[in-house]
Amino acid sequence: MKIDGGENTQSKSGRRLIEFRGVTKIYGEGHSSMEALRGVDLRVDEGEFVAIMGPSGSGKSTCMNILGCLDTPTAGTYMFTDVEVGKLTRDQRALLRRHYQGFVFQGYNLLNRTSALENVELPLIYRGAPAGERRTRALEALETVGLKGWESHTPGELSGGEQQRVAIARAIVTGPAVLLADEPTGNLDTARSREIMELLTSLNYNRGITIIMVTHEPDMAAYGKRIIRFRDGLIASDEQNEGDR
Amino acid sequence: MLWNAILLSLREIRRNVLRSFLTTLGIVIGVGAVITMVTIGGGATAQVREQIASMGSNLLMVSPGKRLGPGQASGTVPFKVSDAEAIAGNISSVDAVAPVSSQSVKAIFGNQNWSTMVTGSDNQYFRVTNRSIGAGRPFSESELRSGAAVCIIGETVRRKLFGGQDPMGERIRLQKLSCEVIGLLEGKGQSTMGTDQDDIVVLPLVTLQRRIAGNQDVALIQVSVRQGASTEKVQQDIERLLRERRHLSPSDDNNFNVMDMKEIAKMLTGTTQLLTALLTAVAAVSLLVGGIGIMNIMLVSVTERTREIGIRLAIGALEREVLMQFLVEAVVLSSLGGLIGIVLALISSVWLAAVLRVPFIFNAGIVLIAFLFSAAVGVIFGYFPAIKAARLDPIEALRHE
Repeated sequence: MKIDGGENTQSKSGRRLIEFRGVTKIYGEGHSSMEALRGVDLRVDEGEFVAIMGPSGSGKSTCMNILGCLDTPTAGTYMFTDVEVGKLTRDQRALLRRHYQGFVFQGYNLLNRTSALENVELPLIYRGAPAGERRTRALEALETVGLKGWESHTPGELSGGEQQRVAIARAIVTGPAVLLADEPTGNLDTARSREIMELLTSLNYNRGITIIMVTHEPDMAAYGKRIIRFRDGLIASDEQNEGDR
Repeated sequence: MLWNAILLSLREIRRNVLRSFLTTLGIVIGVGAVITMVTIGGGATAQVREQIASMGSNLLMVSPGKRLGPGQASGTVPFKVSDAEAIAGNISSVDAVAPVSSQSVKAIFGNQNWSTMVTGSDNQYFRVTNRSIGAGRPFSESELRSGAAVCIIGETVRRKLFGGQDPMGERIRLQKLSCEVIGLLEGKGQSTMGTDQDDIVVLPLVTLQRRIAGNQDVALIQVSVRQGASTEKVQQDIERLLRERRHLSPSDDNNFNVMDMKEIAKMLTGTTQLLTALLTAVAAVSLLVGGIGIMNIMLVSVTERTREIGIRLAIGALEREVLMQFLVEAVVLSSLGGLIGIVLALISSVWLAAVLRVPFIFNAGIVLIAFLFSAAVGVIFGYFPAIKAARLDPIEALRHE
């Protein structure tokens, strides 16, 4: 995989996308140090929809930060396709995020006083896409998340659910290999949460986007095809979700 | 990448119009002040130069007393007309010599009155001071000799006393003297010292001495030196001649003064330029303060926008792209401030020039320099906040409330 590469090709199901080998993360030093991850092994293939669950402090957020290349493991290796992320520089990790990963956060994290369209265009600006293409693709992404016609609205004029849709549009506008969602429904009511989950499910199903999502709500985790539970910095259980919703 | 940074900065500036405006205010004022000062100063200097030229080159002022101006020692021996005649007769390279005496007098015509300076001299006076008679005629020989009650008035006096009426042949009253207006001087405007040169009434010297001053004194001898001759040489010759005429022994100091107007003018130009430089320096400090203002607001802005920076970093912005964005933002802000400052400066310079009665001279150099300087201020003071923004840890930044 080339870090500076352009478009992600449509992923085929079954190929290894992400692999953790004995990933350990220790915060602080000496007596006050805290082991957030204690030798986690994990493999996620292309096309999967993984829900990560676990109580606070179980290591799921740390895991997410490392997955998103925002943080690096203290020990162990993190392979993203065939690249060892731990050996990349800060800028190389930024480029990896830019070209292969999309982020959705609990708090939406949209730019205030900026239209939905401009928010969605943002990752494309960093990719250096020309203005025309930027606009077309941003409009497409907004249509995909069901916000056609809302382009000029700013976050302040949108409901929580709508803001999260804009955030999802921003995450998928570049056609990422993986969508990392950190508590995407944490701030939403049940009905809105279900809409978001259905949107994610359809992105995974129709577009083959690999999704890794952290949640503490079993109802939302149930949308995942695979559910991983963290406890005390280790994976407590990892099972395919057989249950029909 | 630069274009991207500019695009992002412009969006950011548009997002916060009020904050952006307040940020640039310091630069606006700084640039505006610098350009205004330099423009007005330049106009004032040019005006002084022009007045020096109009004063007639190579003018020497010979006055009694140890130095010119107020506070003359008592017992000053005044000049007589014969002194002026001696200078004219004995010194080569002299173009014209005018003995002058003046007194402040209230001039009355009809029910109008106006306090003005009444100057007694002869026709040489007009030549020495580089003035011409616009209407009417100069004094005749007999008028000068006999001390006739005739006068030539300046433009200001005409306006104050006569308004729209033709003054020629009318009689104005100066103290007890009623004299006929035979000529009108062409307007000359303000002098280097800021006095109105058109606020004047000229009489034959004898008339002034006998009918108004009541003495035979000459307060001042104005000498113009022939074109191309050395004023220093003439100055020395006059000194030597007058020392002789006043019977001064070699150990005595001069009890009179020969001043070269060019020297005074040069001094005045120098003073004007120095003042301009000082005011510009003060204005430049305000530009610096404006730069610090930009840095402050940008620093606050980095803190305030920590989360936004986190989002950008998480989306895949490189450190140098965030740095670039903030730097470009600072430069765009300060340049915009510079542009607004230039416009304001031009408006205020034109206005100030009119109020202060100095010519408005557009100085493209200072406008360019001020603009470049304002952009440079953006780079210098934007760099530190930009570095701070770029070095943020994305995880921490995203958690920032």
